[in-house]
Amino acid sequence: MSIGQVFLGLLESGPRHGYDLKRAYDDRFGHVRPLHYGQVYATLSRLLKDGFVELDGVEQVDGPERKRYAVTSAGVTDVDRWLSTAEKPELYLQNTLYTKVVLALLSGRSAADLLDVQRAEHLRHMRELTRRKASGDLADQLVCDHALFHLEADLRWLELTAARLDELTKRVLT
Amino acid sequence: MTAAPLLEADDLHRSFGATPALDGATMRVWPGEVVAVMGSSGSGKSTLLHCLAGILLPDSGVVTYGGRDLSAMSETERSALRRTDFGFVFQFGQLVPELTCLENVALPLRLERIRRGEAERRAAEWLERLEVADLARKRPGETSGGQAQRVAVARALVTRPRVVFADEPTGALDSLNGEKVMRLLTQAARETAAAVVLVTHEARVAGYSDREVVVRDGRTRDLTRAS
Repeated sequence: MSIGQVFLGLLESGPRHGYDLKRAYDDRFGHVRPLHYGQVYATLSRLLKDGFVELDGVEQVDGPERKRYAVTSAGVTDVDRWLSTAEKPELYLQNTLYTKVVLALLSGRSAADLLDVQRAEHLRHMRELTRRKASGDLADQLVCDHALFHLEADLRWLELTAARLDELTKRVLT
Repeated sequence: MTAAPLLEADDLHRSFGATPALDGATMRVWPGEVVAVMGSSGSGKSTLLHCLAGILLPDSGVVTYGGRDLSAMSETERSALRRTDFGFVFQFGQLVPELTCLENVALPLRLERIRRGEAERRAAEWLERLEVADLARKRPGETSGGQAQRVAVARALVTRPRVVFADEPTGALDSLNGEKVMRLLTQAARETAAAVVLVTHEARVAGYSDREVVVRDGRTRDLTRAS
């Protein structure tokens, strides 16, 4: 998952300093692995260079200068594309999917549509594996079964999340 | 999909008392395709299947089969259609316990007044195809759940229906038997160009389909169009 795209999503609600961004990211998504300051500033500098964010102002209160960053229209387009594109079904996607759902809710996009797009992609992949199983030997079948069980677990998570969207929306927006 | 749909449900509403089960459900089934209807318990997916098969009539909305409105038919006509053009596989309890497996499979043909010898010859072919030929003389109570379900699939296909309705066909089976039933069901349906409407809440079962329609709160969403 790209931290840059998560930052762009967080900046859609308004300009922020690097420190604010780190805090917002850690509060919402950093329960497994909080960001290092180095990652925050390296990411912001890359986003600035790519034209996805711009400097919105510089403040100095009691300490060093703090730069405030705002998302550009190119940045919003990039988040839009990211949120509306299904992730390639692979193992341990839940962190990325959760982040995308929360960012969709924060930015007023349809999280239900996002989940459906992902669900369709997972099911498409499951059909491919099922066909491969039908023509494969036992070894092929066992390998496909392993992938199918993991994809099924992801799908159950997608279904459960879809069923809890109202509850999650209240939590995210308060 | 260029050919005309075989089965069309348009804006179906159906309630049981004050509880709405379908709330504007719409779907199409094309000849020869396997379409999975997915959704959680109580989503309305079985009600949708029953409406598509003419077992239930919607409160409003239209179901057409081959261009004919099922609601405009008499119950006798719908019943005849279910015997000749549709096949059914349910979760369990569909075989007649007093009859042998061969007689069970031959039953739909006998109801169509086909001679016993011919009906049983065709039934034996289908038992063979479903890899349960050795069960011909046994009664359903003497078979395992997976075997009984394969006999039920043979019975659903013996009339060469144009649509097979399968409602949670693997719901009572373990993974291995469930897969065998799904492999044989979809293979036989494809060989006979029958469409399959497969109601399931299991994604691994839906993996045998060509596409999926999701039912939520009585409304449908075609996921093929979501991706």
